[in-house]
Amino acid sequence: MNISLNITKTITELLSGFMSEGAANIGAMVTIALIYLAIFAVAGLYLVLLERKVAAWFQLRLGPNRVGPWGLLQTMADALKLVSKELTGTVKADKFLYNLAPYFVIVSSLMALSVFPFTQEFQAFDINIGLFFLIAISSIGVIGILLGGWASNNKFALIGAMRSGVQTISYELSVGLSLLTMVLITGSLQLSEIVEVQKNGWLIVQGHIPALIAFMIYMIAGTAETNRAPFDMVEAESELGAGFHTEYSGMKFAYFFLAEFINMFIIAAVATTVFFGGWLSPFGITESIPWLGVFWFIGKTFMLVFLMMWFRWTFPRLRVDQLLTLEWKYLLPLNLLNIILMALIVWLNLTIQF
Amino acid sequence: MDTTIKNSNLKSEEYFINMGPQHPATHGVLRLLLTIDGEIIKKVEPDLGYIHRSIEKMCERDSYQQIVHLTDRMDYLSSHINNEAVCLAVENALQLEVTERVKVIRTIIGELTRIASHTLWWGVMGMDVGALTTYFYGFRDREMINDIFEETCGARLTMNYNLPGGLMFDIHPNFVKRTKEFIAHFKTKLPEYDTLLTGNVIFQKRMKGVGILSKEDAISFGASGPVGRGSGYSCDVRKHHPYSALDKVTFNEVLKTEGDSFARYQVRIQEMWESMSIIEQLIDNIPEGDYQTATNAVIKLPKGEFYQKVETARGELGVYIVSTGTKNPYRLKFRSPGFSNLSLLNHIAVGGKIGDLVASMATLDLVIPDIDR
Amino acid sequence: MDLMKVNKTAFMTNEALQNLISSWIPELEFTEEGSQFLNITVKPEQLHTLMSQLKSNNETSFDYLFCLSGIDWEPKLGVVYHLESTKHRHIIVVKISTEDRENPTFDSVCDIWKTAEFHEREVFDFFGIKFNNHPNLKRLFLTEEWEGFPLRKDYVDEINMVIK
Repeated sequence: MNISLNITKTITELLSGFMSEGAANIGAMVTIALIYLAIFAVAGLYLVLLERKVAAWFQLRLGPNRVGPWGLLQTMADALKLVSKELTGTVKADKFLYNLAPYFVIVSSLMALSVFPFTQEFQAFDINIGLFFLIAISSIGVIGILLGGWASNNKFALIGAMRSGVQTISYELSVGLSLLTMVLITGSLQLSEIVEVQKNGWLIVQGHIPALIAFMIYMIAGTAETNRAPFDMVEAESELGAGFHTEYSGMKFAYFFLAEFINMFIIAAVATTVFFGGWLSPFGITESIPWLGVFWFIGKTFMLVFLMMWFRWTFPRLRVDQLLTLEWKYLLPLNLLNIILMALIVWLNLTIQF
Repeated sequence: MDTTIKNSNLKSEEYFINMGPQHPATHGVLRLLLTIDGEIIKKVEPDLGYIHRSIEKMCERDSYQQIVHLTDRMDYLSSHINNEAVCLAVENALQLEVTERVKVIRTIIGELTRIASHTLWWGVMGMDVGALTTYFYGFRDREMINDIFEETCGARLTMNYNLPGGLMFDIHPNFVKRTKEFIAHFKTKLPEYDTLLTGNVIFQKRMKGVGILSKEDAISFGASGPVGRGSGYSCDVRKHHPYSALDKVTFNEVLKTEGDSFARYQVRIQEMWESMSIIEQLIDNIPEGDYQTATNAVIKLPKGEFYQKVETARGELGVYIVSTGTKNPYRLKFRSPGFSNLSLLNHIAVGGKIGDLVASMATLDLVIPDIDR
Repeated sequence: MDLMKVNKTAFMTNEALQNLISSWIPELEFTEEGSQFLNITVKPEQLHTLMSQLKSNNETSFDYLFCLSGIDWEPKLGVVYHLESTKHRHIIVVKISTEDRENPTFDSVCDIWKTAEFHEREVFDFFGIKFNNHPNLKRLFLTEEWEGFPLRKDYVDEINMVIK
């Protein structure tokens, strides 16, 4: 049995040993989906713990350290508690939409997770419009938020959902345009291709100035997409309760909560893939051992996740109108100019290649 | 900039929202009834009384030493200064001279209390606008002051150290050394506060031009303390009606003219530097002497009316005692600074957004037990 | 003994103040007995005129109302106003009272000093004194349904009051 890194092929071959071709394909898809779901759940749990530890470090305290060594089982305990909580709901809430809303955010996050190349050939779904698919999928999450706010039949939740919807749609533009800037160098939207191109040097180095600008805009817009501080006016506890998920409790609340952290992971993973070389090691030091790529990918992603957490615990919040002004009056024009600049640089062959 | 859609066919309704008594941003049990139109605030009406403990009625039945204990619980962040107000009122009424030692110690402890209160305010201010780490930094420094107080007075929040005639006990032998260590430590920390919050672009955009209060309005509303001084109104009681050892020290009254939230913020930060300068001038030369002047066990004020003003961390606290010569006051009124500062909330918040309301309220530095008494 | 040391600018002594103010309205009573400041007792009908003049006149210029207290001098109910001038730093006290305990009413000074709005609500809450022309006269600390006025001397409440 050949255990290669191409998991889709491996599992399909494994299953076709005792099933028909069609059933093996479907079986493979289901298995891989389940594996990704497991990764999603575990990653979400440990990201929450990481956030709490990082926050504690910034605030001169220790963070959770009782449940398990170094508090590693803390989120397990929290998840068990959430599962056992009573699922409350308001009387006049629209039952169907109320229950449906969390699933939108989960599904969009999971689907986005499936297109990442964790290392050479370790990719569940490698389509030729990878980047475009990714951006399109993350837009579906907004529906979940708006549905959640509306269906709760609660004034505060509705205000929160509206603000969040406006914020997310505005910043998607910036995310898309800054990623588009990088596509000008790679010439392809397929994620594995983008990583291949970076064997000549990471894209942020290849594109120097416009790539740096694109990265900064991307980090700002990405943080705003996921409703994290300093753009978390939506869930600002000092203001109006808990925003769009005020009326949710128990497992459904856990879905929204986990989805926020997975979204953060996705934003960081996209930045790693497009700007920082994906699973490639710097200067190709471990190129001969392809499965180490997973560690490089995870490492780089976690650096960016740490950066996003750093933002949250340092900066004050922007007011809603300041948030939107930032996007429409500053980031968007800057982005458009940046694309022109990058196009010029690529045309005049001024990129730095190794 | 007015970006509302002006179209007579569109009618937006006014929302009525309750920022309820349990709320992270209202610094205690304050209920605000907001009438908002989208994001713009049309009216703010505070609803008070959730922590009303009828202190003034209790004072009519208690002796003067017992009244001093009640004042701790009003503005608990400046408890020493509250105690000092009543003690000074009683001492002036009895025409009792306290020793120089007592005056100097009262001033030093009052200024330390002011720094502790402003540090807590700074931490909570950051938290209200979203910078969640400032809370811990502020409390870390306040802990040092609380430890100093615990060693000398025995308590961290409600001190009960002053009494009519002097102090309860003499200061602890370590007091001078620890205060000097604290000042040296805090001088390195205040610039850190500036780096973290004051210089931050996001913070400045949230605070500049928000919650503007003109000087005439500040005087008319009776604003005092940093709220008044941020609008250019010179209202420092320590300058105009000095008490204890304050006439022996030199310090600046911090005035800013813009009248917005950022000005009030800067006034408080600068006041911390001034308080440290006052302590430095006094800490090395505490005169020797008695820490208590004997009074009768049962204090009876002569017939008449007495008023004493002091400057707490929030503003001007006034104690008005009407006495008929018995051992209890006939009427005792506390003119609390927060009460007048709260009354201008509607004036500065209308026309702004909800985020601005939170920022402005944080700069007013309200402590609700002070308002409700 | 000057009980509160004052830093003076165009400060007017109590005598000068008394001379000036008595020239406006004749039937005022002045006293300095039993108090650090000059006390003026005025009739309720003349309250508003006196207060406006105290604020607008340049020599007195009392623009800071720093304390408004209700008080129950059995059998009269009254209000005590402490005024200060931020320019000249002199302080006076104005007192009014009424024998009517069923429906005591005075003129409001909210239009002169905006701080009076909250203070008068507090006096209404605890003493039951009503103020004419007040924009929002309702109870401040106690609930709307509360009966009685707690800071009056004849207030009886067996459950909540602990009398020694």
